[in-house]
Amino acid sequence: MDLSSTTLLTLALLGYVAGSLAGLVFCRWERLANCLSFGGATLAAGCGTVACARLLATGGTVAPVQLQLLPTLVPYVQFTARLDSLSVFFGLIVSVLGFALSLYSLGYARGFFGHKNVGVLGAFFNLMLLATNLVFLSDNAFFFLIAWEIMALSAYCLVSFEHEKPETRSAGVFYFVMSHIGTGCLILGFLLLFQASGGYGFDGFHALGDKMSPGSRNAAFLLFLIGFGVKAGIVPLHTWLPEAHPVAPSNVSAFMSGVLIKTGIYGLARVFFDFLGTPPMWWGVTVLAIGTISAVLGVLYALMQHDLKRLLAYHSIENIGIILMGFGASLMFLNTGHPLLSTLALIAGLYHTLNHALFKGLLFLGAGAVLHATRTRDMEHLGGLAKRMPQTAFFFLIGAVAISALPPLNGFVSEWLTYQSLLQGFGTTESLLRLMFPIGGALLALTGALAAACFVKAFGITFLAQPRSEAAAQAHEASFTMLLGQAVLVAACVFLGLFPTLFLKLLDPLTQQLTGLQISSQLTLANGLVLAGTNPAGGTVSTLGIAVLGIALLAVPFALWLMLGRQTRVRIGPTWDCGLQGLTPRMEYTATGFSKPIRMIFKALFRPRREVQREYDFSPYFATNIRFEAHVEEIFETRIYRPLNRWVLWLSRRMRALQAGSIQAYLIYIFITLLLLLLFAL
Amino acid sequence: MNPDFTGIALQTALLLLLAPLITGCIRNWKARLQNRRGPRLWQPYFDLVKFLRKDMVISEHASWVFSAAPYVVFITALLTGLMVPLASTQAPLSLFGGVLAVVGLLALGRFFMALGGLDPASAFGGMGSSREMTIAALAEPALMLAIFTVAITAGSTDFSRIVTSAQQSGWDLLNPARLMAFAALFIVLLAETGRVPIDNPATHLELTMIHEAMLLEYSGRHLALMEWGASIKQLVLMAILVNVFLPVGLIADHSAAMLGLGLAVFIGKILLLSAAVALVETVNAKLRLFRVPDLLSAAFVLAAMALLSMFLFH
Repeated sequence: MDLSSTTLLTLALLGYVAGSLAGLVFCRWERLANCLSFGGATLAAGCGTVACARLLATGGTVAPVQLQLLPTLVPYVQFTARLDSLSVFFGLIVSVLGFALSLYSLGYARGFFGHKNVGVLGAFFNLMLLATNLVFLSDNAFFFLIAWEIMALSAYCLVSFEHEKPETRSAGVFYFVMSHIGTGCLILGFLLLFQASGGYGFDGFHALGDKMSPGSRNAAFLLFLIGFGVKAGIVPLHTWLPEAHPVAPSNVSAFMSGVLIKTGIYGLARVFFDFLGTPPMWWGVTVLAIGTISAVLGVLYALMQHDLKRLLAYHSIENIGIILMGFGASLMFLNTGHPLLSTLALIAGLYHTLNHALFKGLLFLGAGAVLHATRTRDMEHLGGLAKRMPQTAFFFLIGAVAISALPPLNGFVSEWLTYQSLLQGFGTTESLLRLMFPIGGALLALTGALAAACFVKAFGITFLAQPRSEAAAQAHEASFTMLLGQAVLVAACVFLGLFPTLFLKLLDPLTQQLTGLQISSQLTLANGLVLAGTNPAGGTVSTLGIAVLGIALLAVPFALWLMLGRQTRVRIGPTWDCGLQGLTPRMEYTATGFSKPIRMIFKALFRPRREVQREYDFSPYFATNIRFEAHVEEIFETRIYRPLNRWVLWLSRRMRALQAGSIQAYLIYIFITLLLLLLFAL
Repeated sequence: MNPDFTGIALQTALLLLLAPLITGCIRNWKARLQNRRGPRLWQPYFDLVKFLRKDMVISEHASWVFSAAPYVVFITALLTGLMVPLASTQAPLSLFGGVLAVVGLLALGRFFMALGGLDPASAFGGMGSSREMTIAALAEPALMLAIFTVAITAGSTDFSRIVTSAQQSGWDLLNPARLMAFAALFIVLLAETGRVPIDNPATHLELTMIHEAMLLEYSGRHLALMEWGASIKQLVLMAILVNVFLPVGLIADHSAAMLGLGLAVFIGKILLLSAAVALVETVNAKLRLFRVPDLLSAAFVLAAMALLSMFLFH
């Protein structure tokens, strides 16, 4: 059966609808609901993956397709999908991750049998996948905002899924409020675009910025930066993210961290490179600076966490920062008239977008498997899981290596491209601003090294050494579908790490659309085995070569063993315990202890606070009871959000005086407002 | 563009054979500066052979990560060595990666070494891992920024091209930007190879060791690979320092005579740097852990100034 890609994509969207309905209809029969809703999502996402990959592969020759999804009922509100390369690329991200997550959910949702309604979970999960797809595919501002809102609301419902816990409820509300502040900015931004173009279609918005007045253009830039920035989780708009992502069920956290925040990135890419025309210099500078700050602060706060999922959520802020560094550099190069470098930086950002979706999804799935097996997210109660959950541990390790940007996996490739564009950017301008590139590069190095430290901690404390609690000691390996979901993402991470040049070909139509250049052939050397940064003299790398040669070099230790070590035996013995009666898990290094040096070094930022209470009989050195408490200050929360919150509450108390409850007074208010508006219009 | 297999084999052999000697030299000279006789220069070779022939004891708490770590450390050190020019300007593996790949591979080795430290459930290993990762995190930006200074001048991240461009710059070698970048990298070298004043390679005092703490549970073949890997990493970092900032004597053609000459000059330069390291180790005391960030931020500032002055002088 030969299906055209657009039919396949429509099928995928219908599949999500069907999965959603099936979940609701059969919610009394949880096993059936689980199979139908998540099974439906798996099939739909599979179709979506194939469709998007095919569309992207042929995208160079096919003009953007428009697809009428629903008949037009109200003027302006057209439900038209737009299949241009940018939309399809992000559609590919949501489909690939959706596929792995739905597979995983088939097993994961069984943990909720008996005490939660799995059908509702499945229904909202499908709805969220559908809405996210539509956000990427929508062709006009109205449709976009409707899809955006459905996505935000379904995500809110999923975050609040375990609403019996108070922390979940407050995190859900926080997410809800922040998300709507963002949406408000987006509506204003689209209104500015509407003013200039007279329509809501994305085609009419293309390169609109060049026709707008500088004032409204800059206003639109800032509104979109805030609006999409809230969703993406840029510093300082990030505070909702580490609250909301950890409390959701793990498959949802994976989707939120992997894909949902990428809708912000999609929006920024669409607005910056498609709508707003040639950017002024300060846009790029702002985005690069925000990206760098988000990257460094995200990873620093991540290091302070001992809740596994919260740690991963903070890493999303870091990675969004890295993506924005690419985007910011790209905007700066567009301004100075270097389209080639601009394309390189854009590719770096987009490559990292996909990479982050894959490895962050993978890590959240691993954290979910750990949570499923031990019922705790607190690393201080974990340990020793590598022996009890060997496959999950291996998959998590792959994800940890990838996210720490270590060769030869995919995180390294995209950061390599980012470094290359930053380094070559030094020559693009004569102004002092060019110092931003190497400094940004150095801070990217700091971010990478701190991320490696953080994942040594995350993997080492969670999976290695002795279990720190009974629950961890009794842990069991995850079920088959859960492992399969993770394996899909591992395979994708390895593929994108070892064969970057194959993937870069897919980005050609995308860069053609956004910057007018196709550069994958310039980035490819030696039949695709070697990746180069725009010109081979600037530097080359071959992750595949490194991996193959690394394996070949294993011959050296093997030869040494043949020559000298064949007689040796391996004994299993106790760890050296300084002559005590054996080591207990309480003597192990803790997650909090592991990050203590960094906490002390950056104490100006963290403002660590600790309280120790000792009870003792005769000497403080022989305490009978010790209570220890340590806190790290979330500086944005205490310095910005809480004062703001107090101020808003104060203002609303004052406003209450207006609400006297008498209808006559309200009529007067309405009348005065109308009068003022009429005066304003004159 | 086939990789140059003879080059790879020769350079691998050079790395394997020369690295323990450098460790031995530094140890011996340091002892002499402290009025001790010290171990023989080739003692590290005997140590390695001894370790390779010994039985291994593996902790009952350790998982497969513990056993995989020594191989990762050893192989990544060798791979970085193949990407850096030693005696000839052309590194055999320069096509496969430059500055960024070298830093990445070293980080990969460190990542696994730190995991290996945590795995046997001993507090010492955890402490070593925690400190190693902290210090590496602080050293990495200085390392990158200092290398960026030369990489931007050369317009490439490929070490062979950086070295060639440095060779062509003549007396420009003495410009302040390069000197400051060199100073920054020298501090990073001390940090990355676990030398006084940051770490003490000779100590086994529980509360002060960093690198040694992670190796505490390793024995036999694993220990040999860890030690050898550390020596190779040290040699590679030193080679970067001497060849990028003092590219004299690097040969471009590969006849046997020239190769011998290039090799002799290279070993000479490395020994000179080793002497400097031994001297620094002798005249300095180990810093308290929380003073180390000051030193490393000084390295970062030096690198930033190098970049700035390059910007001013061009």
